[in-house]
Amino acid sequence: MTGLMTNFTRALTRISDTEWRIAPQGAMRVPVVLYASEALVRDMDDKVLEQAANVATLPGIVGASYAMPDAHWGYGFPIGGVAAFDADDGGVVSGGGVGFDISCGVRTLHTGLDRAAVMAVQQELANALYYTIPVGVGSTGAIRLDRRGMDAMLTGGAAWAVREGYGRRDDLERIEERGCMAGADPDQVSEQAKKRQQQEMGTLGSGNHYLEVQAVTDIYDPATADAFALRRGDVTVSIHCGSRGLGHQIGTDYLKRMAVAAAKHGITLPDRELACAPIDSELGRAYLGAMRAGINCALANRQILTHLARRAFTEFFGTDLALLYDVSHNTCKLEEHVVDGRKRKLYVHRKGATRAFGPRHPDLPADLRDVGQPVLIGGTMGTASYILVGGNEPRPDESRSLAFASACHGAGRALSRRAATKRWHGRAVQDELAHRGIVVRSPSARGLAEEAPGAYKDVSEVVLVAERAGLARRVARLEPLICIKG
Amino acid sequence: MSASDLPEQAPSAPGWRHFEHRADMGVEGAGRSPAEAFAQAAVALTAIVCDPAAVQPRVALDVACDEPDLELLLVDWLNALIYRMATERMLFSRFDVRIDDGRLRATIRGESVERERHRPAVEVKGATYTALSVTHDASGLWTARCVVDV
Repeated sequence: MTGLMTNFTRALTRISDTEWRIAPQGAMRVPVVLYASEALVRDMDDKVLEQAANVATLPGIVGASYAMPDAHWGYGFPIGGVAAFDADDGGVVSGGGVGFDISCGVRTLHTGLDRAAVMAVQQELANALYYTIPVGVGSTGAIRLDRRGMDAMLTGGAAWAVREGYGRRDDLERIEERGCMAGADPDQVSEQAKKRQQQEMGTLGSGNHYLEVQAVTDIYDPATADAFALRRGDVTVSIHCGSRGLGHQIGTDYLKRMAVAAAKHGITLPDRELACAPIDSELGRAYLGAMRAGINCALANRQILTHLARRAFTEFFGTDLALLYDVSHNTCKLEEHVVDGRKRKLYVHRKGATRAFGPRHPDLPADLRDVGQPVLIGGTMGTASYILVGGNEPRPDESRSLAFASACHGAGRALSRRAATKRWHGRAVQDELAHRGIVVRSPSARGLAEEAPGAYKDVSEVVLVAERAGLARRVARLEPLICIKG
Repeated sequence: MSASDLPEQAPSAPGWRHFEHRADMGVEGAGRSPAEAFAQAAVALTAIVCDPAAVQPRVALDVACDEPDLELLLVDWLNALIYRMATERMLFSRFDVRIDDGRLRATIRGESVERERHRPAVEVKGATYTALSVTHDASGLWTARCVVDV
């Protein structure tokens, strides 16, 4: 599978309490940089380092092949992998570096309610959300798009959804790319991908996707929390899902095309799953056009789900939901970064990693420009979620952005699904959470067992390490009250 | 570092099973021919979603894949099934597969998803090239395996 089958664990050098490196060896063009504590490194499987080292061999990679504190074994790239490529230096774009669930991400909304107001109707609200949000295998959305509508959605993203009546214009300010990824090309998306999406607009999906009602339990950074309008006891709604069948099919289609064409492009793949194409090639451009359409599909989908959640909250409380922010985890984006004192435009792959722009970044909305980007870290059904802020201020070296301004994205799995189902039963998981005051609704008991909180790493340790490493800073901690799980 | 997620011993008889992958799931089929191994891998794919024994073979559909590389053909086959599961809203439990010189022709049988009866746990996003292999042992037993993204 690879010519780099040395023991990567042994090659790992500790740089600090939170940073580890593997110097280039064999075909590696750049080092591997891993942000993790000793405890996280100990529990990390070897495959993470092997996969990060494989990424380091790809043409045109800049700086280093990075792994975030929540990194775990993925396919091709590790989940929690970040790598940037320069088109002018023969750089590549990789379908495996984005993954199947293109632009899977999290958005968090303010409810304007406190914990007591929600707990008074907790069961009823859980039921209402469960019946409002299409969730689980085989669920279908209420929206059917014809060909023109599909292409408009793939070009317009959340901005399209707002035009169609799902949400408000001011939502768009609080979404990466202002809700619409430029450069999307629906013609590069296969008919199969579009067909797969036809019944799935406005569906949550399954697996680790969820809609949660959460309460803020801790504030770590009062000034930033104030800018994010978060106070202790506030209730929020978070939605975790992606580009549904369309993104999955784009991933499938281009992985094969890139794997087959690699030799033609003169690329030696250490792992076929790292399938990639030169950015400056017909196939590379086609993938970027399709992948950006996939990003728009995910943004539109989360916008429609927001609309459905708003309907339920308006019915129950007569209140609206205001969008705090929307982040995407599985993307490749063209961004400007300073490398060795020089500004360069790079194609930054984040697979299971969150963009984390610091203060004064021009892409931030005006009212967050002095603060930095909200970085939303999803938890599990029973553990906390965190809201962080991008950048490593108040450190003095303001221009320093680590891993191309990236941070972790969640807890990361500690146990496989199979191991989780051997250890837990779905109903018992649900009962145990109910005992702790968390109401879970899901169509699948086995799905709940596979997603049991114990199957994940300690998210608190992950975000603490992210903070200590300087990737992002903690602002608030949230606990689940209601979880709608696919 | 843990040494988990490694494949177990090679299979010794026709059948299917899952193998460990930290985030996702590995499917493996074993049979006396590549076609039988592919059919068993398809049962393993369904078993990620629900109990294959709960899926009645009521409706038959045809699937065709053309790919000279046997390993890539396995991924194409599983992805064709994932596509049919998603677009037809069906689950499948019987797979009659023929493979001849890079041409796979199959009749697959199953039924529409019924959430109360099938209790589907998770949907499958796509088959990957991770831990992908199609091999045979000295006794002629073929094994087809790869990780699928869930």
